[in-house]
Amino acid sequence: MQVPATFEYERADSVTHALELLERYGPEARVVAGGHSLIPMMKLRLAQPEALIDINGLAAELGRIAVEGGELAIGALVRHAELLESATATDLFPIFRDAERVIADPIVRNRGTVGGSLCQGDPSEDLSAVFAALRATAVIQGPGGTRTVPVRLFHEGPYETAVGPGELLIQLRVPVAPGTGSAYEKVERRVGDWPVAAAGAVLRVEDGVIAQAGIGLTAVGAAHFCAPEAEEHLTGRPPGAEAFAEAGRIAAEHCAPSADQRGPADYKRHLAAELTRRALATAAGRI
Amino acid sequence: MRITVTVNGQPYTRDVEPRLLLVHFLRDELDLTGTHWGCDTSNCGVCTVQLDGVPVKSCTVLAVMADGHEVTTVEGLERDGELDAVQKGFVECHGLQCGFCTPGMLLTARWLLDRNPDPDEGQIREAISGQLCRCTGYENIVRSIRWAAEAGR
Repeated sequence: MQVPATFEYERADSVTHALELLERYGPEARVVAGGHSLIPMMKLRLAQPEALIDINGLAAELGRIAVEGGELAIGALVRHAELLESATATDLFPIFRDAERVIADPIVRNRGTVGGSLCQGDPSEDLSAVFAALRATAVIQGPGGTRTVPVRLFHEGPYETAVGPGELLIQLRVPVAPGTGSAYEKVERRVGDWPVAAAGAVLRVEDGVIAQAGIGLTAVGAAHFCAPEAEEHLTGRPPGAEAFAEAGRIAAEHCAPSADQRGPADYKRHLAAELTRRALATAAGRI
Repeated sequence: MRITVTVNGQPYTRDVEPRLLLVHFLRDELDLTGTHWGCDTSNCGVCTVQLDGVPVKSCTVLAVMADGHEVTTVEGLERDGELDAVQKGFVECHGLQCGFCTPGMLLTARWLLDRNPDPDEGQIREAISGQLCRCTGYENIVRSIRWAAEAGR
């Protein structure tokens, strides 16, 4: 029987209240939402927070998906199932539908949240690659107000993020631009598993050439979940099979997968190239 | 911490430790042992119950998180002595062998049919994809849920 160590439990009734609670309990407090990463770690005693601040009651503040000021805003407390079913989000960016369909399983998706996935900072996490490909911005609130951090600078290492003690990730913002297509490709051993490797692609085409490319990679040791060298190769070129294959090759060359129970490094590198190529081709077809 | 959880329509108030998991609250505090306890890692799904009408894996939910909320377990599916259509489907189509995964499967099936009264086989398989049947009786589980869908039409 797996039981977490003892902890204090507090339920926040607003973002302001959550921040007050974080300040009161100090750096050994953790925010809990869906709990599907944190609670298993607590049961294994890999995490032993002194206090849990439950933000599940903050859906009015943190559970919205809306287009505002040329950006798609996704609240940190949006559940995976809600993002998957949001026509607002998935019509603009089909990459969300592709990725959410293969994140965990439908029951876990009912509970797990977008913000929690990013804050867990797992190096094999899917949405981290998705938001990196989309060049999203994370909105973080602390006692002194809000600040923004590009998602590409959000992850500072495995299980480490830009969210400091006393702060709360409140929203992800994705720039909306016409002429954009997006897609996500993942290989997993079975339903609900972490990826062996996965790639997300976002393409914006203007006057027949790629104006901006975004490539997100997960589970293959890509720094900040992205592939800037491959993106640079695509910029200014017409979209096409040859360019996409070369971008995949470059992305694979610059990532650093490690061998584990999901496969050897060579296989993961092969997947990084092939999944990047496929995601780019699908994204181009969706423009 | 004192919590009140409405389970199958009836409110229960108990003093619990914050670290108590919902599955153990249901089984050990309320003696509702229809909810099974399996892998303890949110993989197998046998502990699935409905929280405010939505299936969740109760080994990964704290009981205190259910304070003020409504939980439905397999004991709450029956109405006025009559089995729910999904329960009848499992009887009619031999949807269980050992029965360990059955309560969780039933609650997910009920949720699926409430949202989509006429799911095809692919949609049923997708809905139950987070739950393991250790007898590998998936063919009959899918048939059972289809039976319930047709019975509900």
